[in-house]
Amino acid sequence: MSADTGPTTTQDRPDPVGPGAPPRGRTGGLFASEVLTLFRRRRTQAILGVLAGVPILIAVAVKLSSAPRPGEGPPLLDRVTQNGLFVGVTALVVSVPLFVPLAIGVVAGDTIAGEANLGTLRYLLLAPAGRTRLLAVKYASTAVFCFAATLTVVLTGAVVGGALFGLRPVTLLSGDAVSVPESFVRALLVAAYVSVSMLGMSAIGLFVSTLTEIPVGAMAATVTLAVTSQILGGIPQVDWLHPYLFSHHWLDLGDLLRTPVVWDSFVANGRLQLAYVAVFTALAWARLTTKDVLS
Amino acid sequence: MTDLAIRTRALTKRFRRHAAVDGIDLVVPRGSVYGFLGPNGSGKTTTIRVLLGLAGATDGEVEVLGRPMPTDLRAVLPRVGALVEGPAFYPFLSGASNLRRFDAADAGASRRSRDARVAQALDRVGLSNAAGKKVRAYSLGMKQRLGIAASLLRPRDLLVLDEPTNGLDPQGTREVRSLVRSLAADGTTVFVSSHLLAEVEQICSHIGVMSAGRLVAQGTLDELGGAGGSRVRVTTPDGADAARVLTGLGLGAPDVTADAVVAAVPVQLNGSAPAPEDVVAALVAGGVRVRGFTVEHDSLEDRFVALTGEGFDVVR
Ligand SMILES: Nc1ncnc2c1ncn2[C@@H]1O[C@H](COP(=O)(O)OP(=O)(O)O)[C@@H](O)[C@H]1O
Ligand SMILES: [Mg+2]
Repeated sequence: MSADTGPTTTQDRPDPVGPGAPPRGRTGGLFASEVLTLFRRRRTQAILGVLAGVPILIAVAVKLSSAPRPGEGPPLLDRVTQNGLFVGVTALVVSVPLFVPLAIGVVAGDTIAGEANLGTLRYLLLAPAGRTRLLAVKYASTAVFCFAATLTVVLTGAVVGGALFGLRPVTLLSGDAVSVPESFVRALLVAAYVSVSMLGMSAIGLFVSTLTEIPVGAMAATVTLAVTSQILGGIPQVDWLHPYLFSHHWLDLGDLLRTPVVWDSFVANGRLQLAYVAVFTALAWARLTTKDVLS
Repeated sequence: MTDLAIRTRALTKRFRRHAAVDGIDLVVPRGSVYGFLGPNGSGKTTTIRVLLGLAGATDGEVEVLGRPMPTDLRAVLPRVGALVEGPAFYPFLSGASNLRRFDAADAGASRRSRDARVAQALDRVGLSNAAGKKVRAYSLGMKQRLGIAASLLRPRDLLVLDEPTNGLDPQGTREVRSLVRSLAADGTTVFVSSHLLAEVEQICSHIGVMSAGRLVAQGTLDELGGAGGSRVRVTTPDGADAARVLTGLGLGAPDVTADAVVAAVPVQLNGSAPAPEDVVAALVAGGVRVRGFTVEHDSLEDRFVALTGEGFDVVR
């Protein structure tokens, strides 16, 4: 199973730790434990439940009303009745400004501050988890949550939409019709796009979370930053700032719904998010590796 | 290889200007059960945080198991089990799941033996029956036990237990004491802090006393117990004569009552103080009717009150 423990019996032998031979890090175990702990939490399940409620709400509302005409309501809403899969895509698009950032803010803001608040941070560090390793695992599990959140919306939408409206070929923004399997791929692409969009914000949340022992504070600060970024993005007077805002490309996912797919915004968004991830994980690292854990 | 489990030199930890730990030189021999005593707020937990690399020292050096901390933290901590400032858990996970999570955080712990080790640790603290229960539903005493179980997930060379009897009833306190004894018998060094002398006195081989951030005494139990003051008590109707004789022998400040005289054996003369039989002989030679004679030593408790300037919160 693992090369570094040598032959193992069911009982651990006293671990001989020779001079200069720190235990080789196996990060898989902690990562699995982190993801398991995250998704076993009622709170996480409740957040995913709320996100799943968005496509259900949209599907039921559309079903109960007359079919929306093109250009009416949120973008793509008129596609919903053609192909139930678009319920999920529409729901994700309307959730991008607030619901998704709220969900990510809660999880990212809780990463370190939540452990500090419970007091478990000191026991993880005494294990020893290693501060850098712990931070890497926390960020990776937040990223997993980003994908879980968007997939929850898209897949719930696909199931509910499929049941209420059926799955048929659909006309994209470019006017081309795509098959059902192809439209499913597009829906997953949109989920991936939104997940990637949230990676920069996740890094900001991780950093904020290293600054405090009060998780709610870190969550609120992270969500506030996401809202502020979007408000600034809507003010033309500061348009010089717009390309640097982490929310700049959040809604540029129309390119994924054309034939052929235009990847420009995906790439531009990816680059921007990567820059945020680099800067804020570095700040979080600098903070956590030097901080006194007194909680 | 040193024979010390913990060694600090002039260890200081300041919070802003305030020195929570003020230049202490801890010497904890391997194989000892070291009682780290001091009133609340005297700096015990802060010292432990610095020893284990949770907080950085403002000044001074720390060695744990012969290696510098926090430099060699990754090699040292797997060999150290610790309970710091009370237990802490994920309330929404079961006791066993909590232990599995802490074990998973240890990169060197074998995943294959995890369940067996968790079960064994739970069994050792008598929590097997509550293993599947959410920690939210645990009592304070059960959490304390679970915290001790977490420190026993792997064979350890050093156990650091910060106030391990907090929240435990007398029965639980006894169990912790016997657990510490059995671990010490296996050769584990145990560093146990408490603000209650009475709770650890019986199990310790060594003691260090903290007061306002300073280590005011350190040594074996015998060294500390013997270093206290002692007095002679003479039961006699001839108080004035007895007082004169005792003063002549160099004993201090006789306290004369109707039927007895109590005089202090000066601490600095402790080694060369007159033997009790010589004191009695001198009294008898001086015409004092000696009806009773005892030498009273300060108890360890008296000694701590003197050292820390304030009382311990003594149970009872
Ligand atoms: N996080 C902190 N910030 C500032 N001062 C602290 C902090 N933690 C402890 N102290 C101070 O350090 C001193 C020692 O505290 P502590 O080590 O917890 O004592 P003990 O464990 O012996 O009860 C106290 O005066 C306390 O107020
Ligand atoms: Mg304390």
